[in-house]
Amino acid sequence: MMIGLTHYLILSGILFIIGLVGVMRRKNLLMLFFSTEILLNAVNIGFVAVSKYYGDLSGQMFAFFIIAVAASEVAVGLGLLVLWYKRTGSTDLDSLQMMKG
Amino acid sequence: MYEVIAFYTFAILTILMFSIVVLSKNALYAMSALAGGMIFIAGFFFLLDAEFLGVVQIIVYTGAIMALYAFGMMFFDTTREVKEKIHAKKVIYTLAILSAICFVVILSAPIYSANLEALYPTIEGVGNIQMIGLVLFTKYLVPFELAAIMLLVAMISGILLVSDRMDLNITLNDDDEEREII
Repeated sequence: MMIGLTHYLILSGILFIIGLVGVMRRKNLLMLFFSTEILLNAVNIGFVAVSKYYGDLSGQMFAFFIIAVAASEVAVGLGLLVLWYKRTGSTDLDSLQMMKG
Repeated sequence: MYEVIAFYTFAILTILMFSIVVLSKNALYAMSALAGGMIFIAGFFFLLDAEFLGVVQIIVYTGAIMALYAFGMMFFDTTREVKEKIHAKKVIYTLAILSAICFVVILSAPIYSANLEALYPTIEGVGNIQMIGLVLFTKYLVPFELAAIMLLVAMISGILLVSDRMDLNITLNDDDEEREII
């Protein structure tokens, strides 16, 4: 039995499902960041698998840039989150409803 | 054979770790599980002959991003359990699973229908790191530079957002200001 592209794509899909469940289920902003990381990693696995089985390096390049985007997203997002926590004392998503119409 | 064993081991471990991240009530447990999952994903990259990306994954994710989260969580009260009000659980689960299946079908359908051709094919006998260097510094040079600028902007904004007294100039202080800071 060989591990093919389909195995990796299915695994990537499963991890993406886990991340999506996290994004929809959690109400804590820190947990939302964690779920976003899971989503990005699931996509990375898919990219690298396709890159290997088609003998093309573009997938790895895109995974590389996704890692860079994830790093900067965490830096800015965590800074904003710390600022918000200092101001309101909670990281709950429901505390962001000040613009409710 | 070893590839099969490694794939299934890493797959089960990764799914377990990420499920802990999503389902755990404690932020500290979630963060540790996420760090573990990142390292197992690096294992997949090594399995797929992408050694450079595996090393980058370990360095950037578990070295930089997890350390950033760990430092960031010093500002929050992490020992307290995360309280969440959740409405309509079943709707959320079905929506999540359905949308994920849609995503997978959408993304995998073109692969089976069309024969993809390699844009930058890998050359036999050239190592992965060497190939990545060649492609990155020729075809993807401009995105690479843009990524560097983006990281610089993110670093500056991260420092500015978290620190308090960035509006004061430390090197050109008067005595009054220095006393004020101390």
